[in-house]
Amino acid sequence: MTLRDQISFSLIAITRQRFRTIMQLVAMAIGVLAVVLLTGLGEGGRQYVLTEFSSLGKDTILLLPGRKETSGGMPPLSGEGTRDITLDDATSLLRLRNVERIAPLVVGNTSISAGNRSRESLIIGTNAAFFAVRKLEVRQGKILADIPLNQTQPDCVIGAQLKHELFGPRIAIGQWLKLSQYRCRVIGILADTGTGLGINMSDALIIPVANAMQLFNTEGLFRVMIDVRSVQAIPALISNIEQQMTMLHDGQLDVTVTTPDSLLTAFDNILLVLTLAIAGIGGISLIVAGVLIMNMTVISVSQRSAEIGLLKALGASSHEVKILFITEASMLSVCGAALGLVTAEACLWLARQQFPDVPFHAPWWASVTAVGVAAGTGLLFAWLPARRAAAQAPVLALQKRGGK
Amino acid sequence: MIDVKGVHRTFILGDQPVHALNDIHLHIDKGEYISVMGPSGSGKSTLLNMLGLLDVPDDGEYWLAGKNTVPMSEEQRAAFRRDHIGFVFQSYHLIPRLSARENIELPLMLAGIAPSERRRRIDPVLKRLGLIDRAGHKPEQLSGGQRQRVAIGRATIMNAPLLLADEPTGNLDSQAGEEVVNLLEELNHNGTTLIVVTHDTDLGLRAGRRIRMVDGRIVEDNRA
Repeated sequence: MTLRDQISFSLIAITRQRFRTIMQLVAMAIGVLAVVLLTGLGEGGRQYVLTEFSSLGKDTILLLPGRKETSGGMPPLSGEGTRDITLDDATSLLRLRNVERIAPLVVGNTSISAGNRSRESLIIGTNAAFFAVRKLEVRQGKILADIPLNQTQPDCVIGAQLKHELFGPRIAIGQWLKLSQYRCRVIGILADTGTGLGINMSDALIIPVANAMQLFNTEGLFRVMIDVRSVQAIPALISNIEQQMTMLHDGQLDVTVTTPDSLLTAFDNILLVLTLAIAGIGGISLIVAGVLIMNMTVISVSQRSAEIGLLKALGASSHEVKILFITEASMLSVCGAALGLVTAEACLWLARQQFPDVPFHAPWWASVTAVGVAAGTGLLFAWLPARRAAAQAPVLALQKRGGK
Repeated sequence: MIDVKGVHRTFILGDQPVHALNDIHLHIDKGEYISVMGPSGSGKSTLLNMLGLLDVPDDGEYWLAGKNTVPMSEEQRAAFRRDHIGFVFQSYHLIPRLSARENIELPLMLAGIAPSERRRRIDPVLKRLGLIDRAGHKPEQLSGGQRQRVAIGRATIMNAPLLLADEPTGNLDSQAGEEVVNLLEELNHNGTTLIVVTHDTDLGLRAGRRIRMVDGRIVEDNRA
């Protein structure tokens, strides 16, 4: 039998038994689709979490008021709890070795109005260094001026979304905004940077830290971000900061110094669990897909053992019979797997259009194993019954089921 | 042409061994017309399958076209079937998705014959079978008699010298059966050795040589 005849015989088998072909293609495609789609969704979620936490630079240290650990000793009798981190505390950190820059942070919500439009929004009180720490850029105008931390100045930089909501297409730079009883002038508009650590910067209004302290009537900072000159200096600097703060706070260590890196380490466990969960989902859907494909193939080949017997009676060798069924199974497997892969990628593409923040992409290993397992199972379970039927005396295969 | 010497074939049915062929000796010359009759379970179908190399004897020798086929490998037997033997089954055994022409073409395709040569050989066969205007039909669109004629076309397309028919008229009405038998006898007149297994006494009596089997043994072997 020539190769051309083998292929045309298999093509006839595929195209003239539409129902069976469609069922097998669907089984194959759903198998691949399930694996690729599920791992793609899972991996998208994992990547999203990962980027959220790595949006803070690795060379940034965070200083937070309060301390989680119980330090032993007497409970504070005077009723004086943890002390605030003041602007003076923050400024003093600049004197430490290896500190590149610091950005104090006061965060709150208040209503903002421009003309007759008004809106509740996130207010971030900070300084010029904040833009460098968070790698923020302005799309228009300029960033906050580099002024002493305790000096107020009625300037503000607003996020792109906020600008759109307050001003629409009108020019915002130079306009005045009202923040409860205070006023500030828009000097810059942030470039679109998306979200980071749950703070959507495009919704935020950034003002000098001293203004924010007046606005929210507070003495304490929400936190201080400290940029380090070199990553190697971080461990030494952390203890230096702790010493400095202990000294400034009358011998009590009532602040927490942490790095986003250590946050990341803490979240590593979560990410690991997520990764394992995705692998598990992928594995289970692979097994389900495999069983589905196995069933469809075994049934469709077994139903044709009479045909195998006939082909042998007409003089086909067992080898030729096996080749015929393998050719057919390969064509079906390749088409089914491709169909599944294309559908899965299309679904993931749709998901990305719907949620642009989440990178829904199937990991390459999932696509490769899905296609491999689908095609492999399809071939193996076409080959096994075909081999069994081909190995029998033709009379037995013929008796299995009377052909027409 | 055929020499069967001391052939035995035993099946296990449940836990009972069934001696389907018990010490069969048979000599058949080229061009003979033989009917094999006997009650159900007498071993006549087993004899036909064995003669057609679809089944292998447990013991004995089966010489076909000058070769002992018993020690052959399954692959060698397949090639031998292709070149020497044509089958006609009671239930036709056509491939349902293939048209009448493609079913007849199948042995030529398996033998690796080029498409142009295949067409050249099939057209006259279709004409002789009266299937020219049915060539593109699937088996399900054909009557029983037409299906059996397609099967005969398939069995003879390789010009095999031995034609084996297992109850060829079993599923047909008398008129269609008569047509099929006429066709088989015409092939026999042209030199093909024809062996027909049947329950039908009338059909059996038309053969030049009638073999009767009971319990795996040949009990009568008469020439008309």
